[in-house]
Amino acid sequence: MAELERTSASQPAAPAEWAYASAPEARDIVRLADRYGHFVGGDWLEPTETYATIAPRDEEVLATVGQGTPADVDRAVAAARAAYADGWSSLPGSERAKYLYRIARLLQERSRELAVLESLNGGKPIKESRDVDLPLAAAHFFYYAGWADKLEYAFPNRRPRPLGVAGQIIPWNFPLLMLAWKVAPALACGNTVVLKPAETTPLTALLFCDLLRQAELPPGVVNIVTGDGRTGAALVEHPGVDKIAFTGSTAVGKEIQRRLAGSGKRLTLELGGKAANIVFDDAALDQAVEGIVNGIYFNQGHVCCAGSRLLVQESVYEPLVAKLERRLATLRVGDPLDKNTDVGAINSAAQLAKIRELVASGLEEGAEIYQPPCELPEKGYWFPPTVFTSVAQSYRIAQEEIFGPVLSVLTFRTPDEAVAKANNTPYGLSAGVWTEKGSRILWMAQRLRAGVIWANTYNRFDPSSPFGGYKESGFGREGGLHGLEPYLEFEE
Amino acid sequence: MSRLPVRKTYKLFIGGRFPRSESGRTYEAEGQNVARASRKDARDAVRAARAAQPGWAGATAYNRGQVLYRLAEMVEARVVEFAALCSGREEVERSIDRIVWYAGWADKLPQVLGGSNPVAGPYFNFTLPEPTGVVAVLAPDEPPLLGLVTRLVPPLVGGNAVVAVASETHPLAAIELAEAIATSDVPAGVVNLLTGYRAELAPVLAAHMDVNAIDLTGADGERAELERLAAENVKRVVRGRADVQSPWEIASFLELKTVWHPLGL
Repeated sequence: MAELERTSASQPAAPAEWAYASAPEARDIVRLADRYGHFVGGDWLEPTETYATIAPRDEEVLATVGQGTPADVDRAVAAARAAYADGWSSLPGSERAKYLYRIARLLQERSRELAVLESLNGGKPIKESRDVDLPLAAAHFFYYAGWADKLEYAFPNRRPRPLGVAGQIIPWNFPLLMLAWKVAPALACGNTVVLKPAETTPLTALLFCDLLRQAELPPGVVNIVTGDGRTGAALVEHPGVDKIAFTGSTAVGKEIQRRLAGSGKRLTLELGGKAANIVFDDAALDQAVEGIVNGIYFNQGHVCCAGSRLLVQESVYEPLVAKLERRLATLRVGDPLDKNTDVGAINSAAQLAKIRELVASGLEEGAEIYQPPCELPEKGYWFPPTVFTSVAQSYRIAQEEIFGPVLSVLTFRTPDEAVAKANNTPYGLSAGVWTEKGSRILWMAQRLRAGVIWANTYNRFDPSSPFGGYKESGFGREGGLHGLEPYLEFEE
Repeated sequence: MSRLPVRKTYKLFIGGRFPRSESGRTYEAEGQNVARASRKDARDAVRAARAAQPGWAGATAYNRGQVLYRLAEMVEARVVEFAALCSGREEVERSIDRIVWYAGWADKLPQVLGGSNPVAGPYFNFTLPEPTGVVAVLAPDEPPLLGLVTRLVPPLVGGNAVVAVASETHPLAAIELAEAIATSDVPAGVVNLLTGYRAELAPVLAAHMDVNAIDLTGADGERAELERLAAENVKRVVRGRADVQSPWEIASFLELKTVWHPLGL
């Protein structure tokens, strides 16, 4: 049965032929400089070392940016420290709030420009950067703006105080949104920051500096130093930094935790995941299929909370997989700036190599692969949406974070077995549950060891909703009232 | 003819039982031979804690509160014995009052730490605190009873299971406390108490892959090394104080879980 449906899906009857008409978003709204320095103390600091940042869709060089040295980091930390002491930390919360509201408004006003640049430099589909990244980034600043003058109500009897200088290291999957998650609460709480964008996606953070200029944010409150892991290491180890906030891989998170051992610096980590997306036999299957697709193919699967392990109750395994494969064939893979694109470019050559290596391991270990027929562009970094079936829990594709558009399908019989399999991972960031039975949703939600549970939905985010992991997915929360705590100390 | 008193053997407390160290070793503290737990004893204690934790977390908050209150009753009944093993009656009374204070938090904390989140979309969204799992506690050397109670009870209130290393220099109060716990209604394995050399036990617990959080309040010189070991499985590391009483002490050993569901017909 499933086999029949598969065949018919790949050979549509009629119309026989029609030409695809793309709907490209104009990129001329973005005016890039040839070269960017580091943003330190409200000014551009000429870098001593540089590298080229590219568009992953065609490897076009977009600009030359600085490779931050320990000396650059040192100047940025000094600027942040000076700004902290010279007024930012003692500015009334109501005034800090107004700066954050300004930034939120500027993000809304310049959202199209930033969205295009985000898709260009990161490879994600324009409809995602336009409809998800930018609105959420603006909302995050707007949300935390409102907290800046209400901290004593968030933490009654605790007399909250800022920590000082926060060092923040963010990933390449949601470059501007992760900047917002980091910078907004830090500033709302009265800290100043030194932020290092991801090596491959520095451009929206550098354009954000122009918004800071327009917002007239005091110099040194936000400093941005670009570069690779060496720059991040210099920031982590800088003695003038009071707190490190890191979002990225679990391996690097552990290394940061080790390097900070004994330093007394505060630390929050938002690390990897291998989320189970669990479908019970009473679920609305078509809705579940949409949730599964959104769970793993959103942003090419470059999502720490991606629903990368699909757990299907055995009795609906065949119809569900048939529906899923049919749906996959309708996904449009291609130019991130095409408004029709569902799956964009893989972020970097290194990430593409990692995805290929793990997919090869899946084949070698004995899983069955399905990829819909789709033409991939010749230049750039691409990987088609992929589903693995016949996956055992021990396979690497069921254990390791792939961070790509690759789904591993496993099955279960009972709710207890679903819980056991879902929790059988060192990670614990997120999970999905699909069932029409309310009491079962709550029963599952209670037992899944993960920080975010999406029931009958997936990959929803909101500034008021705390986000963060259990176990090796990290500690600390971003978003909501709980997202303030990592940036405060208390006099109790 | 005067009666010869029956002496106590000072043993470990693992999984609700009082074993000697599997190594057969003891060390002398406060004039007594006290079990010197081995690395294997520490691993056994973690296993016992892991096995007991889901049941303790699954008990109702009302029940956990009552069980901890029962522990306060058991300590109160032994005031004289405890007073002889610490700085005196005042320390015992403060310890009892602290247990009672924390017992009352069990069914209130989720309302203080959690809540519903007003997300911009047709979803109901709420956040709840949950226990992090198995917590290792290095109790401070002083005060022998109050220091242990201060560090032990907060992770318990939230539904964690604990492996605690007692004061190395003053372990007898901890052993007495284990006996009070054993006669309260705290389920076996929820609290495990080890006596021995901290330098020997702490690295095992800090590096253990099935320990979710570690309280280093009682750690001394080796703190940086223990924190380095703790990074291996991204442990939550708590550096607390020996005498503090706050709901945020409980919060250090909790995770926050956020649940989304669409609104619709």
